[in-house]
Amino acid sequence: MTTEQSQSVKHTVVALVEDRPGVLNRVASLFRRRGFNIDSLAVGTTEETGISRMTIVVESENGIVDQVQKQLGKLIDVISVSDLTHEDAVSRELALIKVACTTEQRREVLDLVDIFRARAVDVSPGSLIIQMVADERQLDSLLENLEPYGVLEMTRTGRIAMLRGETTTAMHATEPEDVLRFHRQLGRRVEGELPYVSD
Amino acid sequence: MKMSGADIVLECLKRIGIDTVFGYPGGVVLPLYDRFPAHPEIRHILVRHEQGGGHAADGYARASGRLGCALATSGPGATNLVTAVQNAMMDSVPTLFITGNVARNLIGKDGFQEADATGIMEPCVKHNYLVMRTENLAYTFAEAAYLATTGRPGPVHIDIPKDVFTDEAEFEWPGEISVRGYDIPGAAPQDDIDAAAKLIDEAERPLIIAGHGVILGDAHEELLAFAEHSGVPVLNTLLGLGSIPRTHVLSYGMMGMHGSYEANMAASNADVVIGIGNRMDDRAIGRFNDFNHHAKLIHVDIDPGEHGKNLPTAVPILGDVKQVLPQLTSAVRARSHMDWIRWIDEERDAHARSMAIPSGPELTTQHVIKRISDLNDDETVIVTGVGQHQMWAAQHLRVTRPHQLITSGGLGTMGFEVPAAMGAQVATPDRTVWSICGDGGFQMTLQEIATMVDEQLPVKLAVINNGFLGMVRQWQELFYEDNYVSVAMSQPDFVKLADAYGIKAIRVTEKDEVDAAIEEANAHNGPVLLDFQVEAESNVWPMVPAGAALSETVEAPEPETASEVTS
Repeated sequence: MTTEQSQSVKHTVVALVEDRPGVLNRVASLFRRRGFNIDSLAVGTTEETGISRMTIVVESENGIVDQVQKQLGKLIDVISVSDLTHEDAVSRELALIKVACTTEQRREVLDLVDIFRARAVDVSPGSLIIQMVADERQLDSLLENLEPYGVLEMTRTGRIAMLRGETTTAMHATEPEDVLRFHRQLGRRVEGELPYVSD
Repeated sequence: MKMSGADIVLECLKRIGIDTVFGYPGGVVLPLYDRFPAHPEIRHILVRHEQGGGHAADGYARASGRLGCALATSGPGATNLVTAVQNAMMDSVPTLFITGNVARNLIGKDGFQEADATGIMEPCVKHNYLVMRTENLAYTFAEAAYLATTGRPGPVHIDIPKDVFTDEAEFEWPGEISVRGYDIPGAAPQDDIDAAAKLIDEAERPLIIAGHGVILGDAHEELLAFAEHSGVPVLNTLLGLGSIPRTHVLSYGMMGMHGSYEANMAASNADVVIGIGNRMDDRAIGRFNDFNHHAKLIHVDIDPGEHGKNLPTAVPILGDVKQVLPQLTSAVRARSHMDWIRWIDEERDAHARSMAIPSGPELTTQHVIKRISDLNDDETVIVTGVGQHQMWAAQHLRVTRPHQLITSGGLGTMGFEVPAAMGAQVATPDRTVWSICGDGGFQMTLQEIATMVDEQLPVKLAVINNGFLGMVRQWQELFYEDNYVSVAMSQPDFVKLADAYGIKAIRVTEKDEVDAAIEEANAHNGPVLLDFQVEAESNVWPMVPAGAALSETVEAPEPETASEVTS
């Protein structure tokens, strides 16, 4: 098992999915039932109405990631899947870190924040909230440096990634009008409806 | 024109070619049931349990190749359906499952008979829907039928709240279905065909493993043409039986845990293995890591997820078998692998004992199955349950056409046999349908006999009565040192039971009564139950112990005598 783990890498898989209720459940359920481990998962809207983008970080061997991609692709609500791990891509994560910090310590903490090109977004007599956008390694490194002061709370968004240059993983295929109308009717959660509606 | 949701659903069923619904009513589907009489083109068959309805839809689809349909109410109706849905999922059977749900304002409020059917079904289906607006019903049904029947087929589930049935909307049938996250592979890229052809042409000991995909993809003729042209012998997975006539000279029957000795040896000694519409299941392949290290694997499948899932694959070919097989046929040289075929034949002849039918005076399951096969023509449909009798059926039945043998493969669902046979009989009213039932599985779903009586479905129920859960007993004998735990079952008097249901019954206790009983059942126009009281403690041989490699196939221990040898 340990040898297997040592061979495994963190893969960045980008899935474009129909922006419909229930799609996150389908993806999460797939990972659970196939025994794939999710390191992080970030979901958000895209430039295209009706399409959401999921960036999923999976720690596994190459063969497994191939299966992850194929199994994801089988989900009807998943439009396309790409593995950006070995591509020339920009990859970022945002973290908010609340660190304990007396007024005497504030200067040195703010110096650290500067060195890491992070920002202090909230200041109080006993603490600071630091916001940092970077890749995971830099975030981990900042965190390590803040630990001596006492990290009170942290939240991270998980990785998002995008190919450099003009190439995209985006999806601009438009659909026939009646299909579009159907999705429009079906896909949007109307106020007062339940959050868990999987169409 | 505005129509109620209930009318729209029934109109949709007609449009997608559903003529029969196996259903069970309940509170939330009452608005739908209320409208059935207005749509006489759709036959509603009242089953006795939702699982029975689900398996019947499955059997209907497998016997006919058409979309099967089952209907249940919310809550317990939906949960009772789940086994049948997963069964259809594992075996890629085109099926449509419809459930009602509580009214929209009650969803999430733990309403009476509420269950999260959409969430429960999600991992068991190809796709599913909760339809929250009546105006979306038509498109949903059109898309559902499209998804269930195209590509790799499978179950699709539609959950409909009660008030979506009662609301009204314009009926608009979509002119075209487009699902941007869904591609249907067709012909394969020529590069892949060429790569495969090169391997096949260079092979000395090539072998085809033909699976359910050949039958689902209606490609049995194309398979035969490819096998005959390339001269490559053909093995089948359990569900692949029927993709090539078992009587054909290149057909070597089933491989796997209870496959024939020669099939497993051929698979272990081939230098090129061509998987066609199969999913390299552990029961067929044995221990993955030790499946024939010398063989290069070519794998034709319509589902890219199957490529490399269980075995490393030299040439994965993504495509529709019906189109890929002719591509392969025209790409490979015509050959006849006489030395290789002779090698397999010699293995078969030297190990004929391993699958022989016991010749002694006692009544055995193998004998019953062989006689059912011999005394019926190839138009007969044979459905089985799961366990020893299923494996003996796979070994000894003469399966010569697709849709002839119907059995629960992937999920291994005991209790499949009675309702699936019922569904097969509905789909093919002109065929004789035999259901070979285990005495365990039979008691899981035998209530559907009442449905057969109501609907006048003349299914022949051959109950293999050995008083044991035979396969479990075999494992306890072989792997748990004869420690029989919860495996012997007392049985009701099956003849009296049949009598209570008002159907004909024949008890068979002697070997020489078998033929007459089968013929009497075939001559009877109505459901028949045959209670075959067979020898209790036979084992299925050969056997690949669980977790062993295919090359480690174990044969019957010496003392078992054998004489009658099947092809």
